Amino acid sequence: MRSRTRENLAGWLFVAPVVAILGLFMLLPILMALWVSLTGWNGQGSPFRAGVPYVGGENYARLFTEDGLARENFMTSIRNNIYYVAVVVPLQTALALGLALAVNKRKTFFRTAFYFPSVTSSVAISVVFLFIFSNSGAVNQVLAFLGADGPQWFTDPRGVIHLLIGDPPAALTGHGMLGLSWWEWLSGPSVAMCAIIALVVWTTSGTFMLMFLAALQNIPRTLDEAAMIDGASRAQRFRKVTLPLLKPTMFLVLTLGLIGTWQVFDQIYVMSQGDPAKTTLTPAFLSYRTAFRDFDYGAGTAISFVLFLIIVLLTLLQRWIMRERKA
Amino acid sequence: MRRVILIVFSIAFVYPFVIQIANSFKTGPDATAHPLSPIPDPATLSAFERVFFGTGMPVWLANSLLVTVVLTLGRVLLDSMAGYALARLRFRGRRGLFAAIIAVMAVPGVVLFIPKFLVLNQLGMYDSYLALILPIIADAAGVFVMKQFFESVPRSVEEAARMDGAGTFRVFWSVVLPMSRPALITLTILSFQSAWNEFPHTLVAVQNPSLFTLPRGLADLVSGSLGVGTQFPLKLAAALLATIPVAVIFVVFQRHFVRDQNQGAEKG
Repeated sequence: MRSRTRENLAGWLFVAPVVAILGLFMLLPILMALWVSLTGWNGQGSPFRAGVPYVGGENYARLFTEDGLARENFMTSIRNNIYYVAVVVPLQTALALGLALAVNKRKTFFRTAFYFPSVTSSVAISVVFLFIFSNSGAVNQVLAFLGADGPQWFTDPRGVIHLLIGDPPAALTGHGMLGLSWWEWLSGPSVAMCAIIALVVWTTSGTFMLMFLAALQNIPRTLDEAAMIDGASRAQRFRKVTLPLLKPTMFLVLTLGLIGTWQVFDQIYVMSQGDPAKTTLTPAFLSYRTAFRDFDYGAGTAISFVLFLIIVLLTLLQRWIMRERKA
Repeated sequence: MRRVILIVFSIAFVYPFVIQIANSFKTGPDATAHPLSPIPDPATLSAFERVFFGTGMPVWLANSLLVTVVLTLGRVLLDSMAGYALARLRFRGRRGLFAAIIAVMAVPGVVLFIPKFLVLNQLGMYDSYLALILPIIADAAGVFVMKQFFESVPRSVEEAARMDGAGTFRVFWSVVLPMSRPALITLTILSFQSAWNEFPHTLVAVQNPSLFTLPRGLADLVSGSLGVGTQFPLKLAAALLATIPVAVIFVVFQRHFVRDQNQGAEKG
């Protein structure tokens, strides 16, 4: 009995620092923020003072139902992030799988080269890409060599769908949904966003490549050999043997991608600050900007919670899919 | 054909770093005129000189070093203690606590910016070294990795030490930790890497430039608040200094990076 008590005590002593820190800086902040999102606190003094106005669901209503700048900014950031997710996730997954297949059973040099960008500082690498995509930078010089005129990447707010089909039909500009015209919803990621997308795909593919590689190396050789003996071609073997066995990893990579892409922040902060014309504004950056630049902490935290909800839903979806697969 | 594709992609992945290095040794006009050239003409150290003598770089470097070392040591110690307790000690509430740690791992860092600021502000810690370090000195993912590791090693040695009457902390410190070198090295490297690269937390923890770490200083430099305009060689030189430590560690300890990633893949 005594040793049981002692083990209880020892156990809690061992976890105490981690529990204290996670409690103090993860759990408590969430509860405090929940309160702040219901107030009009402007950053002066404590948000728990008597004079801080309680506004109820007002901060949330401004994001969804009330016509105004807050909703326009928020919906713009959601639109931008949807395009960002829709382009980054398929691209990084395909690239990661391609790279994994290419470096499987090969020298580690290539693996190192492809993985290295993922471990470097996001700020530092964003600086490098600012230079590469600058007006007279590497990308535009390569484009010029190929006979194309490169855009001014970080000052071009035009959407790529806009660029493809030209001027908007009046039916789309006149009407809209949730504070943005249909045309604004449909014009695609801006040129500036494309540069950020290129950077992100380039940095994250290496991490996901390693996941695919681990899965590839777990596939028993005999399966592939059996298919070969049965006369299957390389393409057939890939489609009928390798790909089905990679399915769990594919799910993992896709869902991790979905969760991660809603959190893009560092690159936006360093490369564009939401500009040009708000086309690289994302909810994560908008919540930061609303709180720390506009001192509208209530609206800023409300945006954080909506983003939190989006990510929690995606995480639950991931766990649910993974559970289905294991059963 | 496969080989050609592989080489093209290798260039695409490596060449940005070549551009970064080469251009930080160039003059401004040379970098603008020939951004793709791997050879500076003329080669100059002026960008580095200006970084060291014209920006807050010496302070940023010192702060980054201090914060990274403390964070790494703290994370390795605290995460392995918690991981050990969760793996080995049968205490009340262990299962619930582990579930909570798994849940915490899923909380996205970006939604915690304002909340963390609120707590730091309320505790009067905002704008201090403590604010840079304390909130991120324990991480749930590290606890998870260590728990998995301790569960994979046999109990027999520890039990022998216990028979000899050693207390729990004694067993942990002088028997368990020395046996755990591979896991500790991995955790050290990953903690170092994430602490050195940490950026968003510094945004909500400090605003005094004398407390800036390197990524924060670099971000400030680029966003133009120090009025340096488009001096790319200078910015690239500063970015290079931010990249080098992790690059060195990556090259030396490559195996550990890769192994941990694979573990991450399996746990899903």
